[in-house]
Amino acid sequence: MSIEIQGINKFFDKFQALHDINLTIPDGQLTALLGPSGSGKTTLLRIIAGLETPEQGRIRFSGRDVTDLHVRDRRVGFVFQHYALFRHMTVAENVAFGLNVLPRKERPGKPEIRKRVKDLLEMVQLEHLADRYPAQLSGGQKQRIALARAMAMRPEILLLDEPFGALDAKVRKDLRRWLRSLHDELHFTSVFVTHDQEEALELSDQVVVMSNGRIEQVDTPLELYGRPDSRFVFEFLGQVNVLFGKIRDGVMSQGDAWIRLPEGCENDDAQLYLRPHEVRLTQSASDEAHLPFRIEAINLIGAEVRIELKPDGWECEELWEVGISHTEFNARQPQRGDRCFAVPDVGHLFCEHAVEPKTLEWR
Amino acid sequence: MATNDLSERPTKRLSAPATKRVLPGFGLSLGISLFFISLVLLLPISGLFIRAAGMGWEQFWFVITDPRVVASYKVTALAALAASLFNCVFGLLMAWVLVRYEFPGKRLLDAIMDLPFALPTAVAGITLATLFAENGWYGQYLADVGIEVAFTPLGIVVAMAFTSVPFVVRTVQPVLEEMAPEDEEAAMSLGASDMTVFRKILFPTLWPAVVTGGALSFARSLGEYGAVIFIAGNSPYISEVISLMIFVRLEEYDFPAASAIAAVVMTVSLLLLLAINVWQGRYLKRLHGG
Repeated sequence: MSIEIQGINKFFDKFQALHDINLTIPDGQLTALLGPSGSGKTTLLRIIAGLETPEQGRIRFSGRDVTDLHVRDRRVGFVFQHYALFRHMTVAENVAFGLNVLPRKERPGKPEIRKRVKDLLEMVQLEHLADRYPAQLSGGQKQRIALARAMAMRPEILLLDEPFGALDAKVRKDLRRWLRSLHDELHFTSVFVTHDQEEALELSDQVVVMSNGRIEQVDTPLELYGRPDSRFVFEFLGQVNVLFGKIRDGVMSQGDAWIRLPEGCENDDAQLYLRPHEVRLTQSASDEAHLPFRIEAINLIGAEVRIELKPDGWECEELWEVGISHTEFNARQPQRGDRCFAVPDVGHLFCEHAVEPKTLEWR
Repeated sequence: MATNDLSERPTKRLSAPATKRVLPGFGLSLGISLFFISLVLLLPISGLFIRAAGMGWEQFWFVITDPRVVASYKVTALAALAASLFNCVFGLLMAWVLVRYEFPGKRLLDAIMDLPFALPTAVAGITLATLFAENGWYGQYLADVGIEVAFTPLGIVVAMAFTSVPFVVRTVQPVLEEMAPEDEEAAMSLGASDMTVFRKILFPTLWPAVVTGGALSFARSLGEYGAVIFIAGNSPYISEVISLMIFVRLEEYDFPAASAIAAVVMTVSLLLLLAINVWQGRYLKRLHGG
């Protein structure tokens, strides 16, 4: 079931939480609403569910207008950040809740309900906890029960509000993979809210980046990371190194730092954005770039060695970060305080007087 | 060798007080608390029972089963039951309004809820009696439809309900405040109707608090004196409450009889509160795990 969102505006008193949101969420895909807190992503999710009412705009499920439909009649599964399990009911009673409150005519018989609950608990691999109370479960178990409860009504749309936000890193990773495989198996349309870029990029087919109640960009994870539309998306998705400077005759410079731009760029104030993997570290400056640094910190944990760099003779707001392989690190053995130079391979140029960013290549 | 001994001593001293508490003053503060509880609560209560015990079992039984006293038990218990049931419903509603809605004057209303506790009970009694008297503001209209409140058992219920309603409001309020609206939203997203949400989600969470509030309200109503006697009419066998019976016996200088009746009231109140505590402890343990 696809979801079409058209011209949604939402106010809380005088504060406008959503500005004219237009979005189509395709059938059977896993879509992430990504943004910092206060960006309106949860509000949008709650509007899709029917837990909030927009002041303007329409919501359609596969063409059917559901804007004025009450949450209980929309038949969507909703999973809350803090699980919202009913504390006075056992796990089995929680999962059976939706079935038990159906009108008598539609309600399946007791044995049928029991079987459905058993199947659902098997699906989340927690059959052995059927008679426990929520207070006796761990966070990860609670979230899986909450998911089983939402799935009990066989919804075609599943909405998840920061589903892994309250869990620790290890459990979060496991649950993420598990949700992905469950989605691939059952093919419902799901939308989840997250502020974690890694989670959004890893899990989803489509990412909607939001800030200040507006949609910044809608794209696949690959496109989003490779070609961000705006500075906001660039900065929000992963680490980024920024050089502020002025372009004069094809050379961008600031203090001791300068870089020769490959194509004909207009004279302008500009910012050059570089991902850590788009930059190489060398002992001497190249013909195209002169970006001197001092090594500020070295972080050995992870697949790559991350090196934090402090500009030497020029300025930037945040330290630069470059990743080098462990092999390269062992060969060169750089130390804190060493002087070195950054050489860019690919960069993204934002000029003051241009709307679109420009992707530059040096190789 | 001597130097060796010296160097060992401090390490021994350091490891000794392993059970030292971080917060100071436990012994002193607990001691003072227990002393005052004994002085102002336990000692007078024991005195009461000792005095009642002094009269012998047969005499005791005779005093507490006197027909006029038995009639007052019935009046008091029934009126207290009616008042606390009313308070459970009204107090729940009041707490609901105070927690769930925003409206001008909410803080004022919240403060006013405590008025029955702050007001001298005699003042409450006189006010209620005036209002509900046949020519009072409420009384005259109630008289038109044939309901008499002042100087009847119904008046006792009104006075008891008035003086004890904050118990329910103040016990339910924090529980409601703590309750996450997500539970209700989750139930609704699963298709539950408003009524089902109340019955299956809200009420199971709220009712321990409602029962506790109701029990406190009941226990308080059992002993209510000041507010009740002005509006009750106090006719023997019809509208006399227990506390009035105690007072009557005192006026007759029959102290043992007064203590005997008082001991009955107290035992009932105490058992009630104890039962509620035990039951609630079990229920909450299930909710919060352990």
